[in-house]
Amino acid sequence: MCGIVGLFLKDPALHDSLGEMFAPMLIEMSDRGPDSAGVAVYRNATNGSRKFTVSTGLDEGDWNEVCNQLHRLTGKKVASVQNCSHRVLTTDAEPAEVEKALADLDPLAQLMSVGRMMEIYKEVGLPAEVVERFGISGMKGSHAIGHTRMATESAVITAGSHPFSTGLDMCLVHNGSLSNHNRLREVLRRRAGIEFKTENDTEVAAAYISDRIDSGHSLHNALEACIDDLDGFYTFVAGTSDGFAALRDPIACKPAVLAETASYVAFGSEYRALARLPDIAAARVWEPDPAKVYSWTMQ
Amino acid sequence: MSALRENVRVLDLLEMSRRKVNVALQSHNGSSEPAHLRILNPAGAHALACGLDAPVSVDIEGHTGYFCAGMNKLAQITVFGNAGQGVAENMMSGRVHVRGDVSQSAAATAHGGLLVVEGNAAARCGISLKGGNIVVKGNVGHMSMFMAQAGCLVVLGDADEALGDSIYEAAIYVRGSVASLGADCVEKDMADSHREQLRGLLREASCGDIKLDGFRRYGSARELYHFKQQNIGVY
Repeated sequence: MCGIVGLFLKDPALHDSLGEMFAPMLIEMSDRGPDSAGVAVYRNATNGSRKFTVSTGLDEGDWNEVCNQLHRLTGKKVASVQNCSHRVLTTDAEPAEVEKALADLDPLAQLMSVGRMMEIYKEVGLPAEVVERFGISGMKGSHAIGHTRMATESAVITAGSHPFSTGLDMCLVHNGSLSNHNRLREVLRRRAGIEFKTENDTEVAAAYISDRIDSGHSLHNALEACIDDLDGFYTFVAGTSDGFAALRDPIACKPAVLAETASYVAFGSEYRALARLPDIAAARVWEPDPAKVYSWTMQ
Repeated sequence: MSALRENVRVLDLLEMSRRKVNVALQSHNGSSEPAHLRILNPAGAHALACGLDAPVSVDIEGHTGYFCAGMNKLAQITVFGNAGQGVAENMMSGRVHVRGDVSQSAAATAHGGLLVVEGNAAARCGISLKGGNIVVKGNVGHMSMFMAQAGCLVVLGDADEALGDSIYEAAIYVRGSVASLGADCVEKDMADSHREQLRGLLREASCGDIKLDGFRRYGSARELYHFKQQNIGVY
């Protein structure tokens, strides 16, 4: 099954309320996905440094040492903030350098995302618990994308939960299952040299989309290309630093509802996820057509 | 009018559980007494106003979730909003009127009654229809009337791909364009009897003034579901 929610705030006046508006949407989708939950939140843009969100078992003392070592290895300063089991490192160091150094310093760490704006928090557990643990309700920002998972394709572990990020500030959540992900994974490995971290089908779709974006395509065009190259069932919601997009497979196997007002765009697997948003009674609410990309760019 | 309003029973989902609301609605089942009920704050809840079996009138003030008005008998149910998947599924009689759009599989397997949709219907509208009627004033999605056996679908807008795939003896009338017809579905002549049927359904859907000239009729070519004797050697 799985549940997807997304909220893209066009009106900056709402940015302070992002978490407050978004958290109940995710929790409402609990019965579609009680295994695990995750959120990509776009907030606190840096002045060019990159934020690395890492899932880690290390404590504060260990992390001070890791940050010192990262500083020594990369020659760049590292700021770091803990949020429950995740830590956000901010540094000017190159992603490849940081990833390599982290693999040595904290072998159990999982790198969730890299970007100037996006942070990803995801874990096994009921959505309400995950929201509580990471303090999602209090987060301010421009947009957020979330997922509640009922696993079908790979194990119920943090690494298998959504969102997946395979490019800077890019994330993807997926309801469905892909049938050509093994072959596509090999193609992306060979052609683009992409390294995959999981056996999950959604990671392949995310890599396909971020590879397109890296080749100069827009998020909208990258999703359009999915219609030809991905086989299987999918409702996707994808985000970039200034973009938000949704796509359903041509059979429209998995549910989706979009709502738009002058102030926001909201996505839910079902309308009930959107029912408590402000001004929802005045919103345009519709079911996205199959095989049609809907996208918005922050003005 | 004011006397009628006084008799409206209001069921508010902010104050009552969905089960209590459905139990209150179903408490009329078996009665021939008319009644008028309003449901407030549906907020996309699933399975609202299901299994009704009485000539009651139910107004749902907002968007509903899956399977609203399922298995309906006799009741007149109006949704002042959109309805999720499977609205009026397996309806037996009565009328379900959705003021907005409906999601997939609207009126699936409906045996009787009428579903009127003011907006658009998504994919597989009228799938496996068994005698009910559907009037959609907007467009219908792909695979609508898939394997429909009896009953009618009237579409004032356009139909998406594979309309009427593997259809049996159901009828489809479309005023707009048809992206493609499904397997064994063909366009058919409009005889007077068909015009009469179409006129009647449009009247029932409160749009009897619409001209019939623009409509085309579609139904089964009967090539797929009949066993052909010359194929006996294959078996």
